[in-house]
Amino acid sequence: MTVFSAMAEPGRGTDHKSRYIEAVALGLTLLLTVFLFKFYPETDKWPTEWVVPFREWVTSAFAWFATFAKPATRAIAWFITQPLALVEAMLYRGLPAWGWHPLPWTAVVAGTTILGHWIGGRRLALFSGLSCFYLAIFGLWPDAMQTLAIVIVTVPLAAALGLALGIWATRNPSVERKLNTMFDVMQATPHMAYLVPVIILFGFGQVPALLATLIFAMPPMARCTILGIRTVPSEILEAGRMSGCTPSQLLWKVELPASQQTLLLGLNQVVMQTLAMAVIASLVGASGLGQKLLFSLQQLQVGKAVEQGIAITLIAIVLDLMTQAFMHRTPPRFPEGASSLRRHRHLATFIVATMIAIIVALMVPALAVFPKEFMWSFAGPINDGVRWVSKNLFSTIKPVRDWITIWLLLPMRDFYLWLPWPVVLGVPALIGLKLGGPRLALVPVVLFGFLMLAGFWTPLIFTIYLVTACTVLCILIGVPVGIWASRSARVARVVMAICDTLQTFPSFIYLIPVIMLFQTSDLSNVIAMLFYATVPAIRYTYLGMKRVPQTVLEASTASGATRSQNLWKVELPIAFPEIMLGINQTIMFALAMVAITALIGSRDLGQEIYKALPGADTGRGLLAGLGIAFIGITADRLIGAWAKRRKAELGLM
Amino acid sequence: MTDRAQISCRNLWKIFGDSPRDFLERHSYSPTDADFKAEGYIGAVRDVSFDVFPGEILVIMGLSGSGKSTLIRAITRLNDPTAGEILLDGADLLKTTSAELIDLRRHKMGMVFQHFGLLPHRNVLENVAFPLEVRGSSLIEREARAREMLKLVGLEGRETYFPRELSGGQQQRVGIARSLAVGPDIWFLDEPFSALDPLIRREMQDEFLRLQRMLKKTIVFITHDFDEAVRLADRIGIMKDGRLVQLANPEVMISHPADDYVREFAKNAPRDKIISVGSIMSVGDGKSIDITVSEHDKIGHVAAMVLASDQNIGVTNAEGAVIGVVTRQAMIAALFPESRS
Repeated sequence: MTVFSAMAEPGRGTDHKSRYIEAVALGLTLLLTVFLFKFYPETDKWPTEWVVPFREWVTSAFAWFATFAKPATRAIAWFITQPLALVEAMLYRGLPAWGWHPLPWTAVVAGTTILGHWIGGRRLALFSGLSCFYLAIFGLWPDAMQTLAIVIVTVPLAAALGLALGIWATRNPSVERKLNTMFDVMQATPHMAYLVPVIILFGFGQVPALLATLIFAMPPMARCTILGIRTVPSEILEAGRMSGCTPSQLLWKVELPASQQTLLLGLNQVVMQTLAMAVIASLVGASGLGQKLLFSLQQLQVGKAVEQGIAITLIAIVLDLMTQAFMHRTPPRFPEGASSLRRHRHLATFIVATMIAIIVALMVPALAVFPKEFMWSFAGPINDGVRWVSKNLFSTIKPVRDWITIWLLLPMRDFYLWLPWPVVLGVPALIGLKLGGPRLALVPVVLFGFLMLAGFWTPLIFTIYLVTACTVLCILIGVPVGIWASRSARVARVVMAICDTLQTFPSFIYLIPVIMLFQTSDLSNVIAMLFYATVPAIRYTYLGMKRVPQTVLEASTASGATRSQNLWKVELPIAFPEIMLGINQTIMFALAMVAITALIGSRDLGQEIYKALPGADTGRGLLAGLGIAFIGITADRLIGAWAKRRKAELGLM
Repeated sequence: MTDRAQISCRNLWKIFGDSPRDFLERHSYSPTDADFKAEGYIGAVRDVSFDVFPGEILVIMGLSGSGKSTLIRAITRLNDPTAGEILLDGADLLKTTSAELIDLRRHKMGMVFQHFGLLPHRNVLENVAFPLEVRGSSLIEREARAREMLKLVGLEGRETYFPRELSGGQQQRVGIARSLAVGPDIWFLDEPFSALDPLIRREMQDEFLRLQRMLKKTIVFITHDFDEAVRLADRIGIMKDGRLVQLANPEVMISHPADDYVREFAKNAPRDKIISVGSIMSVGDGKSIDITVSEHDKIGHVAAMVLASDQNIGVTNAEGAVIGVVTRQAMIAALFPESRS
């Protein structure tokens, strides 16, 4: 024990004094809260006369900009329409004017299988092919192809744009700083908030969906490009320069290829984000699987929703597996003098298979368009099941739901709503002051203050309430699971596989089981967020525990520590910064999900965005979206500062 | 050493800080340690001058932080030095344009790195062919040359392997092959064997000496290992805190260390393999001498003979004339300098 207190000594030189100050601050805060409540009870709401009409300003500014930028937006829309029309014609539309048919479903299934084999071998080929077949057999073909078309067109554009921005940033530090700040805000802003301004500029339909997707999916590529180029070992760069590379040779032949792994990771993220956004873009009228799922959810047709949800998930898993396998792929080594047919056998097979599929489809119509009479559906049994659940189980679930809602969630909500606004601004500021000084203290004051000024007091408090509830639950579940996984390789495998799967689902999907079991309530929102947001808490805890140096553990065991002493006195303190980062991520995920759960009803900022969509109320939608980002940024800065401090104290940096 | 120097460094400075040139001028090119400390500048290379002659192996030896890595990066202009002159065959390297510098690197210089610096996405053949590729050689020409280089370093048959599939020693062989692909006159090696384990290191040192006997390059070799320096060097330069404290051949360095710092290294050096008889002989007449040894013999080679003999042993020069004697006392003093009574 003395060893560890001695270890922590340098960081705690002013221990007594700072403890004292903390206690005083806490006491003063409590006094202030009670004082405000007692003598100024109206401070439990932001005064309406202090609301600045930011929303109206943004709305009218955007309306003006939309008219002003009409030629530009038209040109962009035209430019985007061309490749999209081509891909759509190939996948499901065909070119009726010229008498061309779209690719027969058999050709797409075969093509996907061959692609899977080329990238990842037999197992990936089988899985990809079967997933594609699922789309056909469950009658989701045209919808799936519409979604896929958006993905196919967006991914190369987003990747190229991100790559270009990333390269630019590595050549120019001031660009990098600006981009980083921008990406921080962009990535903390929920998907849906991108849709509102896009509607104003581009209207409803596939093109605005594609553009919103493009903008949303690009930052990870740019970030990975910056990271990749920055982490190329200096000796490799020097070797390139000493070999006589010009700066552009160095970029294309050394820096980019050497950061291939990170770039492919970026591509993987772009693909996943694109699919997630393409689904959500159904809210701005993009047709495809997302729209069908949205309709099913709105009509509470759970059976259909499950079928569509599985389709989206399968596409996500196939795309994820393919891009990941591509990352770890080692190109096959051919003996010298191997024929070019052998080197390119996948391409050759692909061309031949497609040709055969097209020709055969002309003769056998069933192989061109999947015939209705062969389609399957398990929507019926699922609907029956749901009906059974709501008839038999809901009577058991409902009391539980209501108990949790009444005794845990509502008191928490009412407490937050009861808090006077100066306290809501002041407490995070004090924490910021303590952790990082005056600059950090300003972050919550400015960001939250802005939201209050803009008239978002109630949705802001509701959002904070939902996110806090979700985060607490995530910690209670995630941290122990992470610790458990770190104790046993077998548990770790299972847990990580579940985490992987949970992360592959587009966030929409989580609404299905929640609607099935809990119907609409605050608890449903919290649980939908929980599914999505527990993953980082588990992952980071696991990683943090795994990174505890073995020698430290051995030393403490040799000092006679029991297993639980090891856990509480050694492992958790050392893993703490990592766990904090996990909780930080959990909050980010929960915030992203807040906007999605608005679809099943709530009163938070997500709902503000959702309500802004039909009327294209840019000010409301955009500012509410930024509001969610602001909460995220505040949490990120505060927790980041805390973790950094702990790390410094542990000598880990 | 009457040849013209191939590389010649004159008063080379490399200082890290906000505006190092101003700092250096402000202190009229002789800032003291206190100046560096007071203004927060770091003098990684301080006023270093030396020549490297054609076909010579100059080993720069120093501990980590002594500035040796910065020095080699300054000479190669991977990091431009703050002040000074670097003459390459008489032309000032610091005045070349970036296009000329690229041209020099494509034809005259080769460099080997501590952690190999191989391109992970290219196989062995493509790695070795890389410098030829960037200078625009045709595919056939560069692959032929790369195969020739791989044969030279004994890696035939590994052409299609990727760097990650090779052992450390093999990877460094690829690094060596690549650095020689353009047929450079000047060969820079930055701690090439430091990342390898001792047995492999030894093997690679022999390999290096074998190549140099064949190729006769002008070499600047960086190491932190004094034994390696002594084994390979024609001359050794010892660096400390950015300065070159002594530049001499290994024997002089061991027998006449410039200061305590050098003496500390010299103490553990394999003296028997470095010191030659000529430097420990005393002048004596050639009377009554039956046994003689050559003045160029290393003392370890003749120690047993000298120590077992009752009488003094004569030392002959190249012509066979006796020019002095070596005594048992001199031999013991040379082998065990600590044990002097």
